[in-house]
Amino acid sequence: MNRIKIDVASALADRRLQATLFPALQRSVESRDEAVSEVENWEELRDYGRRVKLHTLEKLPFYLEKLEKNVVGHGGKVLWAESGEDAVRMILTIARERAVRKVVKSKTMLGEEIHLNQGLLKGGLEVIETDLGEYIVQLCDEMPSHIVTPALHKSRHDVAELFEAKLGMEPTDDVAKLTLTARNVLRRHFLEADLGISGVNFGVAETGTIVVVENEGNARLSTSLPRVHIALMGIEKVIPRTVDLSVLLKLLTRSATGQRLTSYVNLISGPKREGELDGPEEFFLILVDNGRSQIYEDQFLRQTLTCIRCGACQNICPVFQRLGGHAYGTVYQGPIGSILTPQMFPIAAVEEHPFASSLCGACEETCPVKIEIPKILLRLRQQVQEARNHGIQRFRPERIGMLMWAWVVSSSRRYAIASRWLRRLQSVLFRNGRFRPAVPPVSAWQKDRDVPGLAPKRFREYRESEGAEH
Amino acid sequence: MKVSFFSTCLVDQLFPQVGASAVRLLRRLGVEVDCDPRQTCCGQPAFNTGYASEARKVVSHFIRVYRDVETIVVPSGSCAAMIKCHMLDIFPEGSPQYQEVVAIASRTFELSDFLVSELGVVETGARFSGTVTYHDSCHQLRELGISEQPRTLIRGVEGIQFVEMKNSTRCCGFGGTFSVKFPDISAELGRDKLRWIQESKAEYVIANDVSCLMHLDGLLKRERIPVETMHLAELLVK
Repeated sequence: MNRIKIDVASALADRRLQATLFPALQRSVESRDEAVSEVENWEELRDYGRRVKLHTLEKLPFYLEKLEKNVVGHGGKVLWAESGEDAVRMILTIARERAVRKVVKSKTMLGEEIHLNQGLLKGGLEVIETDLGEYIVQLCDEMPSHIVTPALHKSRHDVAELFEAKLGMEPTDDVAKLTLTARNVLRRHFLEADLGISGVNFGVAETGTIVVVENEGNARLSTSLPRVHIALMGIEKVIPRTVDLSVLLKLLTRSATGQRLTSYVNLISGPKREGELDGPEEFFLILVDNGRSQIYEDQFLRQTLTCIRCGACQNICPVFQRLGGHAYGTVYQGPIGSILTPQMFPIAAVEEHPFASSLCGACEETCPVKIEIPKILLRLRQQVQEARNHGIQRFRPERIGMLMWAWVVSSSRRYAIASRWLRRLQSVLFRNGRFRPAVPPVSAWQKDRDVPGLAPKRFREYRESEGAEH
Repeated sequence: MKVSFFSTCLVDQLFPQVGASAVRLLRRLGVEVDCDPRQTCCGQPAFNTGYASEARKVVSHFIRVYRDVETIVVPSGSCAAMIKCHMLDIFPEGSPQYQEVVAIASRTFELSDFLVSELGVVETGARFSGTVTYHDSCHQLRELGISEQPRTLIRGVEGIQFVEMKNSTRCCGFGGTFSVKFPDISAELGRDKLRWIQESKAEYVIANDVSCLMHLDGLLKRERIPVETMHLAELLVK
């Protein structure tokens, strides 16, 4: 099992990143706030969204089967993948049977989650990301650093350098020229591709429609130009009805990009029908579990699956605003990543992540479906500590410290005695806002901050000395 | 009106003057105040670090001290939120301790909320000449929904200059054990806050949590920035 550490040092030392990240995220937060302020009943919509998603989860098998039935009714095919590897294998089989050579992909975080690109490349296919951000990230062989804006960590200047090196473009900082270049390159790929792969924002059970939200038109081209379209959908993305969609779409686009509606909302119901001019000949919907049903087991933690991947929690999170996505070392990053990833993998692999939060609660406050992220983080912290409680790990300094602390403060007598002893200790070690020598956790604290030190008199004695009566 | 004052462990050990100010303030406003000498801590350090059974031990002691008290006043948004929003999570629903926590939670008030919402206080009779800004501590703001009460009280101080800083609601970066588990991010977030405090031109930063203030003050001192931290209770007895 590979342990994923959060790379704080590199992120904080990266001057370019620190210069672009926070202002960019603050702009996202501001446009989200503005878009939300236009909606009078925003709180009601949030409640509705949360209720719909929780209800769907409660009856998940029912809605998934309904979705399947209706997709099949439109002439689509539905496949069920238990793991990420299963899903990749299914896609490779479909591609092989149809002699596919080139694949165009529109944005799918699930694709990232199951390492789809690597799988397709290994299977001998050419894969092109067509979302501009994803395309940039693919060109530099990196991972997305944000759920919605994958190339968040790149400045316009970075992109110019990249396009110069990889696409032989003339040096320019002109965004219009940069996007035009990408468009010209991508257009060719759209026309040549045999297979288009997309993600799914919502799967409407009642109508068998999948919904793909985007701004660049690349998802529409990826899902309609190639002869085969495969939509990858996490099983938690199903929703009951089209009316629910109207609310969830509002919640999603305003939270994600501060838009009233995205430039394109693709509603896809099966392949091209007789007499239709556009659309793929074949349509596959792959429903992926990949650890989701494990999350589903716990009544409280289940709400993690209501996430609609808007990225608003990432934008507002102070920790994410300083670290960016890559430091987390995981596909899903920031607040949602820190609750999702530990539930999908063995928790010990990402045991740092639930602690990488000051529990400020800004994420929950902004979440369009009111996921109680801080409470979930707290629960996961408990799971991490419990998982550590065997073998030599039981004697870790932190736990010994906590045990001693709890023993002391759960008795007023022991607390009073310890208070006196700590003051004696302090009188020897403490000078001018620092302890010398210092052990953790004090050493971590005083690296950047002065330590207040224990007051000479405790509250009660202090008041006595002030002459207060009790 | 009679209340029991829970000073919190940080005030008890590090900032006793804050507790003393709060008690003086309450008495000045005609409230009878009792301070139970058995009090220790609300258990938050263990709870927030994932040590549930250790937290349970400490909270059990807290329950023993406060089970028979009518009203509890706390000079900290964070500890009040622990009592009102989180203590429930560490006992099984329906257990005797769960029931006791439900009762205690409903009788617990954060200081500024108690003064404004319960007592209807707007002016405490304090006089202070200086420019102050206010930092919203996270748990007080987002878990207890307290934002206007402290501002009302600050505005009620005679002679005061109150300026809002940019991003007053953004976390200062303390976060309890977060500040020692991820000290570099914590300090970075704190320095963001210092920048906004300085931009506001305030001479004092006021908050309702000594934990945030301890973190900010530690950074201010280390960076040699001439801004002072002050707990709301200290300001209101000036």
